Amino acid sequence: MAGITRLLKSSIGRKFMMALTGLLLFGFLIAHLSGNLLLFKGQKALNDYAAWLASLGPLLWVARLGLLAVFAVHVLLGISLSRENRGARPAPYAFEKTVQAPLPSLWMLRTGLLVLAYVVYHLAHFTFGIVQPAGHALVEAGTQRHDVYGMVVHGFRNPVVALSYVAFLGVLGLHLWHGLASFFQTMGLSHEGYAKLIRKAAHAVTWILILAYAALPVAVLTGLVGKS
Amino acid sequence: MKLTLEVWRQKDANSAGKMQRYEAAGISPDMSFLEMLDLVNSRLIEAGQEPIAFDHDCREGICGSCGLVINGVAHGTRKATTTCQLHMREFKDGDTIYIEPFRAKAFPVLKDLVVDRSGFDRIQQAGGYVSINTGSAPDANAVPIGKEEADIAFTAAACIGCGACVAQCKNASAMLFVSAKLSHYAHLPQGQPERMRRTRDMVDAMDAEGFGNCTNQYECEAVCPKEIPARFIAEMNRDYVKAAITEA
Repeated sequence: MAGITRLLKSSIGRKFMMALTGLLLFGFLIAHLSGNLLLFKGQKALNDYAAWLASLGPLLWVARLGLLAVFAVHVLLGISLSRENRGARPAPYAFEKTVQAPLPSLWMLRTGLLVLAYVVYHLAHFTFGIVQPAGHALVEAGTQRHDVYGMVVHGFRNPVVALSYVAFLGVLGLHLWHGLASFFQTMGLSHEGYAKLIRKAAHAVTWILILAYAALPVAVLTGLVGKS
Repeated sequence: MKLTLEVWRQKDANSAGKMQRYEAAGISPDMSFLEMLDLVNSRLIEAGQEPIAFDHDCREGICGSCGLVINGVAHGTRKATTTCQLHMREFKDGDTIYIEPFRAKAFPVLKDLVVDRSGFDRIQQAGGYVSINTGSAPDANAVPIGKEEADIAFTAAACIGCGACVAQCKNASAMLFVSAKLSHYAHLPQGQPERMRRTRDMVDAMDAEGFGNCTNQYECEAVCPKEIPARFIAEMNRDYVKAAITEA
C-alpha cells in the first residue's frame, strides 16, 4: 500500500493517472462515436440504440458515474499539474523560445478547458434539452419513445449549432493530437524503433476520429442526412 | 564583429536582478562564446566595473559546468554543443544576443549567470551509484554485455549533468537528467540489484527539489549537448511504476 500511496503523490504517478484516465476517456469517445454513426443508418437504428441504452437502467448510471469520476480525475489532475509546472519556473526568460514543441502540446491546458466547456454545452444541448427544447421534446412517430434521430437532425440543421460543434471538435482534435501520442511515452511504451511510428499512428487515429465525428453535423447541414 | 549583449545581472541570491545592455566591439568570429565573455569582462574590470559572473571549467564540452541560455536556447542554437564549444562565428556582426541564466525554482540564481545546481547532486546522492563493493577493477570482458545494451548504457552515461534539459523544459522538469542517470545503470548487470530502489529514491529526490513534470514536448532532447533521447524518460516512468507496485 505504501508503494501505491507514494505513486499517487509522485510526479510520475500523477502523470500516469493522467495518461490512464485520458485513455479511458478516449475509449469513451470511440464508443460514443460508434453509437452516433447509427445516424447514417437511419431513424429506427439510432432510436433503437438510444432505447437500448435507456433500458440498461442502473447499469447506465454506473457507467455514467464511472465516466464522470474518470473525467473529474483527468481535469483536476491536469489543472493541479499545470499549476505545479508553472510554479517550477517562477522567473520567466526575457527571451522566451520554443525549440521544437508543436503548438498543440503547448496548449493542453487551454484546449482541455475548452473541451470541458464543450462537454457542458453538449450535455445541456442533447441530454438536458436546455439549448433547443423543441428538438429535445420530439417523439418518434407511431411510438412513445424519444426521437433521438429527429433531435440530432433538428439540432444540426441550425448552421450556428452545427458549425460550433465542428469548431469544438477541432479543439478536441488538438488536445488528442498531443494527448494520445503522449499516453505511450508516459506509460513507458517508447522504443527507438517505434517512437516515431507510434506518434504518427496516434496523429492518424486522432484525424480519423475527429473527421468521423465532424461528419455528423456536416451531413445534416448539407442535407445528406434527414432530408425529408 | 560588433555585438550588443543583453545580460542578466544579479548581485546575489537575495537581490533582484535585471537585464543590462553591453556593447561588445572587436569580437573575433574564432572566439568561443566564453572567450567573448572573458573579453567583455576584462574590459569591465579595466573600467572599474563588476565583471559578469558565469560558470565554466573544462571548456572542452565534457564537464557540464558551463551553461547559459543564449537567445532563449540553453547552450545556444547549435545542436549538440555546450556553451563553451559554441563559437562566435554562429552569430552575425550587429546581432543582439540575450544571455540569461538557467531558470528554474530548483536552480536558484547565485549571481548573474551562475545558478545553484546542487539539486542534481542531491538526486545523485539519493541513488545514482552502485553501492556494492566490487573490489578492484574486474578483467575486461569478464562480464559479457551485449553490444546493443552497452550502447544504450553508454548513450545514457554521456549525460554531463549540465542542466540544459531543465533550463529548456517549459516546466523546468529534470526528468531527462534523472532518467539518463537511471538508464545508465538499468542496462548494465551491475545496476540490476538496486534498480527498483534507485529509481524510486532518485525520482522522489527529484520531486522533493521542486522540478516540474514532463509534458512530453521533448524540448530537453532538442537542446541536450549530449543528445540524450527522451525515451529514457519512458523507461524511468515504467520502472518507477513497477517499483511502486512491487513495493506494495
